[in-house]
Amino acid sequence: MHTSRTIEILVGVFVAAGLAAFFMLAMKVSNISSFAEKDSYVVKASFDNIGGLKTRSPVRIGGVRIGRVTAIEYDDNKLEAIVTMHIYQKHARIPKDSAASIYTAGLLGEQYINLDPGGAEGFLKNGSVIEETQSAFVLERLIGRFLTQASGTGK
Amino acid sequence: MLNWLQYLGRSGEHIFERLGKATLFLLQMMCGLATLFKHPRLLVRELYSVGVLSTAIIVISGLTVGMVLGLQMYNTLVDFGTEDSLGPVVALSLTRELGPVLTALLFSGRAGSALTAEIGLMKATDQLSVMEMMAVDPVKRVIIPRFVAGVISMPLLAAMFSAVGILGSYIVGVGLLGVDDGAFWSQMQHKVSLDRDIINGIIKSFAFGIVVSWIAVFQGYDAVPTTEGVGRATTHTVVHSAFAVLGLDFVLTAMMFGDN
Repeated sequence: MHTSRTIEILVGVFVAAGLAAFFMLAMKVSNISSFAEKDSYVVKASFDNIGGLKTRSPVRIGGVRIGRVTAIEYDDNKLEAIVTMHIYQKHARIPKDSAASIYTAGLLGEQYINLDPGGAEGFLKNGSVIEETQSAFVLERLIGRFLTQASGTGK
Repeated sequence: MLNWLQYLGRSGEHIFERLGKATLFLLQMMCGLATLFKHPRLLVRELYSVGVLSTAIIVISGLTVGMVLGLQMYNTLVDFGTEDSLGPVVALSLTRELGPVLTALLFSGRAGSALTAEIGLMKATDQLSVMEMMAVDPVKRVIIPRFVAGVISMPLLAAMFSAVGILGSYIVGVGLLGVDDGAFWSQMQHKVSLDRDIINGIIKSFAFGIVVSWIAVFQGYDAVPTTEGVGRATTHTVVHSAFAVLGLDFVLTAMMFGDN
């Protein structure tokens, strides 16, 4: 049973193409190729309510993604959610009195952290804590408030 | 009434007999796996006929499925102004479901039926008996290389299907319909996770590879050694593979993604 060289080469190409496809799925499609941790610095912020924010959610300034949420924890003492975010090192010039708020992209979109730059001289650096935060906008609470107001004025 | 009950009982008995035979056959193959290390060339030949020759249909199907998916999803998503999420929609449906399942169905039609017909004809023309007479174990020599080639080929083909499908939807979505290039890939990378979606898809296709190849070689080996019998066995391979793949897909999906 003679196995010709061509067949062996074609099988090699087949296996290589399959592995290349898997590699492309891993690197290009999934989130494994997210930025390396060393090219970023860590900033924390605490929120009363983070709504639907998740780890890996984007951090944006003016709509442009400048980093990612990497951890969300609950602080038992402050009774608040502590959000840790990694911001790309190339965006190192963010004023330290910037405000963080949780926005929703579109009506049904994902939630992200928006930073509103402040006017202070200093910049956020590794380990900084953002003081001024605004919680997620929770639709149910808003509707509830609207309904109580409407029934109040109706009397 | 009694005749009908007897018929029911007989067919039930028949099904269990076949299942038992198939299981014993699988065990027999597992025991003989070591023989492949002694004759790796047998495997290369089968990888060629099972895997390489299936590549064309898999790549073309993947491309068209991806393009159609991109087109249809765009039409729905654009109504909500969320056409940027075309990337994750297409990537998730391809890597989780369509890639493994459609590859398995196409594979059973392209390669599984050929395996059954080949083995069945070997049996009908007494080639398997001759091997036994020459003290060559036909299971080790003929069946195991084909089975293993099928199991190895399936995940590779499924990965190709998904990758090409995503490229197809990229061509339609970004190239023709004007979805933003950056949003397509970044949203996709944001939503698709390696361990949850891609690895689970590969595990699925691996399971399908085992089931489809097992059915194909068993149907061939167990075929009635006549022209008619081989034809029926080939049909059974495709039909049983489709049922097994779709049923198994539901079970695997419930196990992998059911907790969400």
